Amino acid sequence: MAVCIAVIAKENYPLYIRSVPTQNELKFHYTVHTSLDVVEEKISAVGKSIGDQRELYLGLLYPTEDYKVYGYVTNTKVKFVIVVDSSNTSLRDNEIRSMFRKLHNSFTDVMCNPFHNPGDSIQSKTFDGIISGMMVQTG
Amino acid sequence: MTPDVRTSRKCRGDTGPIDSTQLHTQAFANNKAPFVCYFHGVAPPTHMECQEEKPIIYTMENKPIVTCAGDQGLFTSLYTSLAQQLPREPMEWRRTYGRAPKMIHLEANFVQYKEELLPKEGNKALLTFPFLHIYWTDCCDTEQYKSSVKEDMMRWQNSLRAHGSADWVIIVVESNDNKKKNKTNILPRSSIVDKIRSDFCNKQNDRCVVLSDPLKDSSRSQESWNSLLLKLRTLLLMSFTKNLGRFEDDMRTLREKRTQPGWSFCEYFMVQEELAFVFEMLQQFEDALVQYDELDALFTQYVLNFGAGDTANWLGSFCAPVRSWSGLLLRRPIDMEKRDGIQHGEASLLDLRSYLFSRQCTLLIFLQRPWEVTHRALELLHNCVQELRLLEVSVLEGALDCWVFLSCLEVLHRIEGCCDQVQLAANCSHTVGLWAYATDKLKSLGELCGLVSEKGPSSEDLNRTVDLLAGLGDEKPETVNSLQSPYKKLKEALSSVEAFERHYLELSHAALEMYRAIGRLRSARLVGKSLAEFYMRKGDPERAETFLKEALKSYVSEGWSLPVTHTRKQIAECQKLLGRTDDYLQTSALLAGDVNLTTEERKHFCQEVLTFAGKSGDKSHKVTLSMDVFTQLTRLQFRPATASVHSGADLQVELTLRCLMPISVHIQQLAASIHFDLERGGTNGRSKGAQRQKNAGTVEFCRGNLSAGPPSSAAGPSLELDEMQDRSPSDNSLSCTGVVCKNTHLVMRRHDSNSPPDTPNCLSPPAVTMKEGAQMLKVQDVTLEPGNNSIVFTAPSEQPGTYTLRQLYATVGHVQFVLPHIYPSVQYEVYSQEPHLNVEPLSEPLLAGLPQMVKFTLLTGHYTVKKGDALQLSNTDTMPILPSTSCTARITNPALVGESILSIQSSEKVTSISLPPTLPYHTLEFQLEVLCVIPSGIDRPLVVCPQMSIDCPWSIYSTLLALTFYIPFKTKHSLLSAGNRSYIQVCVQNVSDVNFTLAELKLTGKQHASLELQSLNTKKQQLLCSKHSMFCLWEVRWKENLPSCLQCGFSADFSPLNQDISAFKPFHYQFQLERVTTLYSVEAEILPPAGEQHCRSGLLCGLEVCITRLTEPAEGEMAEESKTDNDGLKTTKLMYEVADSSSNWAVCGKSSGLVSMPMAASATHKVQIEVMPLFAGHLPYPKIKVLKYLPHTAAVAIQPDPDSCVENDSLSLLDKALDEQAETASIRSRGSVHSVGSVDQQQKGVAVPRLEPFSPGQVFNHSHTRQVLVLPATDDHIIEVNAT
Repeated sequence: MAVCIAVIAKENYPLYIRSVPTQNELKFHYTVHTSLDVVEEKISAVGKSIGDQRELYLGLLYPTEDYKVYGYVTNTKVKFVIVVDSSNTSLRDNEIRSMFRKLHNSFTDVMCNPFHNPGDSIQSKTFDGIISGMMVQTG
Repeated sequence: MTPDVRTSRKCRGDTGPIDSTQLHTQAFANNKAPFVCYFHGVAPPTHMECQEEKPIIYTMENKPIVTCAGDQGLFTSLYTSLAQQLPREPMEWRRTYGRAPKMIHLEANFVQYKEELLPKEGNKALLTFPFLHIYWTDCCDTEQYKSSVKEDMMRWQNSLRAHGSADWVIIVVESNDNKKKNKTNILPRSSIVDKIRSDFCNKQNDRCVVLSDPLKDSSRSQESWNSLLLKLRTLLLMSFTKNLGRFEDDMRTLREKRTQPGWSFCEYFMVQEELAFVFEMLQQFEDALVQYDELDALFTQYVLNFGAGDTANWLGSFCAPVRSWSGLLLRRPIDMEKRDGIQHGEASLLDLRSYLFSRQCTLLIFLQRPWEVTHRALELLHNCVQELRLLEVSVLEGALDCWVFLSCLEVLHRIEGCCDQVQLAANCSHTVGLWAYATDKLKSLGELCGLVSEKGPSSEDLNRTVDLLAGLGDEKPETVNSLQSPYKKLKEALSSVEAFERHYLELSHAALEMYRAIGRLRSARLVGKSLAEFYMRKGDPERAETFLKEALKSYVSEGWSLPVTHTRKQIAECQKLLGRTDDYLQTSALLAGDVNLTTEERKHFCQEVLTFAGKSGDKSHKVTLSMDVFTQLTRLQFRPATASVHSGADLQVELTLRCLMPISVHIQQLAASIHFDLERGGTNGRSKGAQRQKNAGTVEFCRGNLSAGPPSSAAGPSLELDEMQDRSPSDNSLSCTGVVCKNTHLVMRRHDSNSPPDTPNCLSPPAVTMKEGAQMLKVQDVTLEPGNNSIVFTAPSEQPGTYTLRQLYATVGHVQFVLPHIYPSVQYEVYSQEPHLNVEPLSEPLLAGLPQMVKFTLLTGHYTVKKGDALQLSNTDTMPILPSTSCTARITNPALVGESILSIQSSEKVTSISLPPTLPYHTLEFQLEVLCVIPSGIDRPLVVCPQMSIDCPWSIYSTLLALTFYIPFKTKHSLLSAGNRSYIQVCVQNVSDVNFTLAELKLTGKQHASLELQSLNTKKQQLLCSKHSMFCLWEVRWKENLPSCLQCGFSADFSPLNQDISAFKPFHYQFQLERVTTLYSVEAEILPPAGEQHCRSGLLCGLEVCITRLTEPAEGEMAEESKTDNDGLKTTKLMYEVADSSSNWAVCGKSSGLVSMPMAASATHKVQIEVMPLFAGHLPYPKIKVLKYLPHTAAVAIQPDPDSCVENDSLSLLDKALDEQAETASIRSRGSVHSVGSVDQQQKGVAVPRLEPFSPGQVFNHSHTRQVLVLPATDDHIIEVNAT
């Protein structure tokens, strides 16, 4: 399962970022932030071919020695980033996709909340719960 | 048998057939011709590099082996053209297992046939497998054939058959020369071939091919060459298909056995690689790569299974501790050292991976996919690190870093070797990952070996370095002569601090530049940060700062709070080292308020600021910091909320400051500078009231939190909208309405893509200039606690005008925090007010005739009432000011300040009220009692407005004050008569809201002594409630003749209810009565028809009207009315009229007529009229009216009489006169029709008679309201019931 899940606004500021508590949170922030480079690269690459149905799932953004970073971008250019431990070899691409789909659904629910101000950081407990479900259970 | 590889230096020797002993060596040594230079080590590096610059597609030097038996001399002569022509045409190779067919150019190594070449039983080697066996002969002599050739062929055939090889062909070369030579025993050409065919090729005629005149350039020769080549190609392919298919099947079988205990991956590896080699040999690189990828995947799966707990025995060898970490080696086509290791099961995991990757790399480069190499390399390196971890292989600390570093550089080197600079630059995105990875690894190696610290490596570090270098082994021979080999680089980098720095910086900058070039700025900044950390360690904060600042800028602009905090902390350290006090303090202040830090850290940074602030010393050195980081102004509240006071008044401003510091901070001075604007015009300060009302003196400042939330740049400023209404100046009607945006300059501002908009968290404090305002709000010695603090200022308010709060300063020792702009702008107004006197009734309405309280309110404004100041009130008769003993003045502000007794001095003309001393902007209130005299007279108004002029001490002009008094009563009078008697009735109506008691009701007649008015009112006092009326009655008696005009005076005393007698005030009412006496009496009698006792409805009855003169004609009357003399006797003409308005009666015949009455008492005139009752019952008498008839004297006729009633009657009469018809049933109903015409006639001066009614009381009607009984008609069957 994921070690860090982030939702990033269109303007590239974090709407939600949560990582496994045992590890260095800061490192994940840097990792996710840097991954935006690749996200932007991929988005702009897709944008060039007009008219094709855009795949929201961006796939593996970049691997590092310890982590694999996957990306997903909604039609409103909100980015989802999931960081997975490299040692976690059991995760298949399909599972990552389904995680993103779940994340997207949950995010949509948050946006549907009339009391939520789009652009504000996400405070929803339900969303939190779903994220927790996708994160590694440690300890 | 596997190829036996020696480090032979054999070059390609394709000038002729190769001796089979050289074959194996050649298979590998010649694999990559250009690399032979390395093997030889003779080519200078420069030469080598130019050679490497061009991507060379290497032709395979390994070729399928074809053996040649028979006549070697013949073959040698044909070899060159054969070898040249064979690959010229492609052949389609149809594949098994549904693989796509491929076009293939076939080449072959023709070697001399030897029996050893044939594979022995169980040998699965493919590379050395002879795919085709050829027997050459040019025999054309039967004898020769029979004697030697046939036998040789037989042997050849037998040995082939013994080895199960069915891929052979016999080539018979024919030439005319040979024929000519052996003319003697010549046989038909075909016979030899036929013989061979029949001897060897039973059923396989195609196994014997004839080549005619091969060395001649004729069409026949060419044709025979072509058919030979085609045959060879076909046979070769057939052999490939068959043999490779068999091999693949065997290989699959072996793979299926992998679950069996004795199975070894290494063995299998060798088998599948053999297949890869063959594909490579056939230049089917794609297929070759597939073999390696399959092996790769298989191995990976085993490692993963191991992680999942499923251990394979053979994997044990790969779990051995890593002893060598020399990195990838991609310069050799095949790294035989590693291959041997694998073959013997001695390879470590790194060895296997390295070998596998080097093969994949080679093939990918053949396939011209260098960028895939880089991707795969990065994946491989990450994967290896993970796999070692997963297999729990023990590795020396840092060894993997060495391996990864070397490998990265090796891959990069290899890629550089096959691409030109332009290509490389264009594909940075593919290589940058490796650069960054290498940089990372070098950095961690440097840290591990103590090369980064300022002190240099310790002995422990040196030991570690030695161990690491030992694992690298010796440099590979390929790179020994290369100056820039990865091996040399690593060794050098680890050798000294300086070298390390040089290499590290070189790599970092390379990675940085590449990231920048491909637009991965965030990654570039991360590398920059890493560089900054390095510089910091090296004690070079100056360089570090540049990188950190750049990184911070990006984090701030994108709102990543955690990286912001972290980077800022590093910057703080940097700035401290650099001694940039101002910047350091600013950063410290920012950090002190950063919620991402622990309280301890925050306290530390806060203390840093405070320590500096508290430092005694150079007073001139003051540091100005932005206030946003220290405390935020969240709310500003005015007291009073209007934010508008009169000059000199108390105005307080309460600031709510959210202190971001973790501890309480003592501030020496908190000040807000004020901009003063002398405002002209709206001095009362209420012109901008509308705006103020919305927030009621409170201004909320919303600033985003420094550390959390989206950056302000993202959201942009919010719109400030105001409703706008445009009214036309003339009639104030709405002409246009809309919404205006007040802050367009902010919203519409062009967003510069280069410079992010100002955010409160910018690095350096904004250029703060303290504007020295003349006036300031100040408080000294405040302690700000963490969180919200409330600070109250007293605002200066001496001069009237507008005060705008501009800046806020907080001084803590040497540190000053400045808020350069207070936005939204905050203003308050000070106004100056003129003194103003207001006089108003204490209670509405004021009643005339009674003492009433009037309230004087003096707003002093800016005027100070001094002792001796007095109000001078001019006295008027109609409204005297009642002197009172105790008149108290209240001074309020608006709370009660004082009370004092006023002294009021009245002289004849002036009442002077001395005012007590009163301060400005106070209110002085007192009450005076005044009485408004009710004016007497008949036509008095309902209200009285006496005017009073007041002289005030502050003005040279007198103030006119008008009060409105209401007269409480409305009176009416009327004259009543009964026969000869007359009565005067006075009606008093109370129009006020007060209940009164009336007493002493009196009516006095003037001028006539003989007149006696007898009161018929019994009560002495009478209650008259509000809105009620009271009637009083007097009988009028007189002895002598009364004048026609009677002056009467009604008087009464009144007082509000329940007040004692002294409070009674008089009320007078004067009126005049005329013609009091009764002149005529009218008596009417209804006479039943003859013979009847009662009237009956429907029957005519008589109405007898008797008009009697009661009095002697008075003098006035004579003069007025007796102008028509008849017969010397004075008569007046009267007109009577019988009218029944209620339709009870029908007047039959004459209803009106003229009567001449003699002007003498008791003169009587009787008129008979016929009337008919229409109903039965007690019917009231028909109404009889008597009117004065004025004959048409010019004087009277011209006189226009506005009285419409009279007019109408007279006109009606005129009608009759004109028609010569004296009687009409209804006179009234027709008047209006002719009114216009008649008025015209009047105005033309035509004399017309006129009617005039008598004054009330002059005619007394006896039969008024009398009734007569009318019986119903006798024959009435129908009873009519009227219910009304």
